[in-house]
Amino acid sequence: MSRPIIPIVAEAAGAESVSLYVSEAKIQTRAVSGWFATWRWAIVWLTQILFYGLPWLPWNGRQAVLLDLGARRFYIFDMVLHPQDVVFLAGLLILSAFTLFLFTAVAGRLWCGYACPQTVYTEIFMWVEQLVEGSRQARIRLDAAPWTPDKLLRRGGKQAVWLAIGLWTGFTFVAYFTPARTLAAELAGFELGPWETFWILFYGLATYGNAGYLREQVCKYMCPYARFQSAMFDRDTLIISYDAERGEPRGSRRRGVDAASVGKGDCIDCTLCVQVCPTGIDIRKGLQYECIGCAACIDACDGVMTLMGSPKGLIRYATQNGIAHRWSRSRMWKRVGRPRVLVYGAILLAIATAFVTSLALRAPFKADVVRDRGALARLVEGGRIENVYRVQLMNGTEQAQRFHVDVEGLAEATVAGWSDVELAPTEARWVPLAVRVPPDVARTLGPGAHPMRLRIALVAPAVTGDSDGAARAPLAERREKSTFVIPR
Amino acid sequence: MSDFFSDAWSIFIAATTVVSLIACLALLAFASRRQPMAGDNSTGHVFDDDLVEMNNPLPMWWVVLFVLTVVFSFVYIWFFPGLGAAAGSLGWTSRGELAADQARAAEAMAKVYAPFAALPAEALSQDPKAMAIGQRLFLNSCSTCHGSDARGSKGFPDLTDGDWLHGGTPEKIEETIALGRTGVMPPMAAAVGSAADVHDVANYVLSLSGDPHDSIAASSGRRKFVACAACHGVDGKGNTAIGAPNLADKVWLHGWGEQAITEIVNKGKTNVMPAQGGRMTAGQIHLLASYVWSLSQPRRVAQR
Repeated sequence: MSRPIIPIVAEAAGAESVSLYVSEAKIQTRAVSGWFATWRWAIVWLTQILFYGLPWLPWNGRQAVLLDLGARRFYIFDMVLHPQDVVFLAGLLILSAFTLFLFTAVAGRLWCGYACPQTVYTEIFMWVEQLVEGSRQARIRLDAAPWTPDKLLRRGGKQAVWLAIGLWTGFTFVAYFTPARTLAAELAGFELGPWETFWILFYGLATYGNAGYLREQVCKYMCPYARFQSAMFDRDTLIISYDAERGEPRGSRRRGVDAASVGKGDCIDCTLCVQVCPTGIDIRKGLQYECIGCAACIDACDGVMTLMGSPKGLIRYATQNGIAHRWSRSRMWKRVGRPRVLVYGAILLAIATAFVTSLALRAPFKADVVRDRGALARLVEGGRIENVYRVQLMNGTEQAQRFHVDVEGLAEATVAGWSDVELAPTEARWVPLAVRVPPDVARTLGPGAHPMRLRIALVAPAVTGDSDGAARAPLAERREKSTFVIPR
Repeated sequence: MSDFFSDAWSIFIAATTVVSLIACLALLAFASRRQPMAGDNSTGHVFDDDLVEMNNPLPMWWVVLFVLTVVFSFVYIWFFPGLGAAAGSLGWTSRGELAADQARAAEAMAKVYAPFAALPAEALSQDPKAMAIGQRLFLNSCSTCHGSDARGSKGFPDLTDGDWLHGGTPEKIEETIALGRTGVMPPMAAAVGSAADVHDVANYVLSLSGDPHDSIAASSGRRKFVACAACHGVDGKGNTAIGAPNLADKVWLHGWGEQAITEIVNKGKTNVMPAQGGRMTAGQIHLLASYVWSLSQPRRVAQR
């Protein structure tokens, strides 16, 4: 606050007039191989085999993972989830968020660099580019070249493969909502519904546009995570760092020549780290918000250093403290167990435990009891008081279920005219239910609303001639609170 | 367009819309002017001693997207209502869209009901799918008065007991649902006679169904019942043609006992079942009537 804002004028020394908008330069990255590239490709394979393969995996006579929006049933392997299970989706999102926090606090943008779909599809699309149009140099030449048949063929070929991958991705995405085999048959017969067509094209073209053209622009200008990451970084976060003390002053030298002997640092200024960078930054300028932590520059630099006969790690995963204080690797790693990481870790562990436990102990059915909207209470034969309820039963399994209901917490109350209800697999149904109380009990209780519970028991399938589920031990049961009203 | 008190509002809103859109473009043009930058690529602005504002130019595609959104807005208000009360060239209205959606839904639902239209209630009551649909219709439209289990409450008839005010054939039930019913019991105190006469008649009515009553009062009430017999019949068994309840059974729609009967004789009663014909299609009413009919049948496949 102490210094006033000083507007500069065009005539000031070194000032120049510039536009506030620029066309972004096209980044042609050099292909890179090495330890971290291998890891990234391993994760690309893992995630993509999972993504493209899952819709084709059969399970219990249906698709293993199917989100049936029309019927509002979500099948995930052995589980059948109802919309009422949306809490698990919330749990999954919280779990993902804390995993992200933890990994970011420990080692920066691991998600961005290795597993984010934007990175993964960009990687795949760049691989196609490399295959069809050639190396970085060849591509830069091709960009500048006039339109020859060869250029047309290469560009056309790349576009065709990109579009094919994009559309296949769109198809796979929709196959999580419409069974893949049905969708394939519909596609073959040109019988796709309007929404299926829209989503295949939309998701397909979004993949094509994001991975083919927007690439690092998504990370730089659209992704919110790129901007809030800094809240989770501290000076003990492992980030991709250039060891300036070791590298500077940079300059070229002959292979095998000791850098110190010619008064130079280890960096030979080959700019390979810039050429491989998918966001086009120079890591030697330090941590920048554009850096997605893909470690391509580490691989490139390690290769060069090996070639030059210098030790690896001029660019490496290191913390700001580690670089500043020349800490050893083990000293840096010891700082991983700092309070921020421990808190993230503990929360993550707690949520993960709760998530897995609640999923494992999930009841095979759900029940909800609602008092009837129509009448509070009515008088029936023998002066008994009757209340009516609606019970919603939801079968959370793929087997038929049978339910028995009785009343708890209300003396001599009986369930009138209920015969055990049978629910088809995954079915949800409202069932009316009447509860009766004898006149003398009603008099004792007095007018008003009296708390009671309905015990809803899942019982074994009916044996012939057996209509009373009470006789059999319940496989699972729930108690739902409600009230019984006795009129004045 | 009746939403505006005066056309001036419409013009005001239309003008605001157009001016705002043009202002968006003007703002972009204004902000796009070339700016002087210091040699270190900063704007020269320094905040809080050491916070330097760097020149971080926005990508060109962002500018293109911005212009496209403005262009889209102009295209949109050409086709759709957006300029005050102007309808847009497509003539779209939310009411029209609702009507189209409803027509589409009705067409889709007609297919569901079509297979059941020609079947009689006897057949439908044995069809679990038909009965499931019937139950849904009942829970949505009828249960508010008749209860989820269709057993009614005071003033709202029990539909499961086989006692029908207007006839219990599937055709009659369909008619009741579609057209509604109005049951009128006029105040009969004057016709019956004195308060003592009403007391006698009430006891006679109780005696018809074998309920506890004062037999002396009942026997003198018998003569006074002539006033009631016009509708309820000489034997008190009612008349479904005019909706007169059977007084000789154990069903007491408006309350049991001498007091309840006396009150209704003195004051009369008008009870209304609202017509559903305008709310439901013939196919829905047919299924619903079959479901309601099935509730009072001895052998029910219907899921309650």
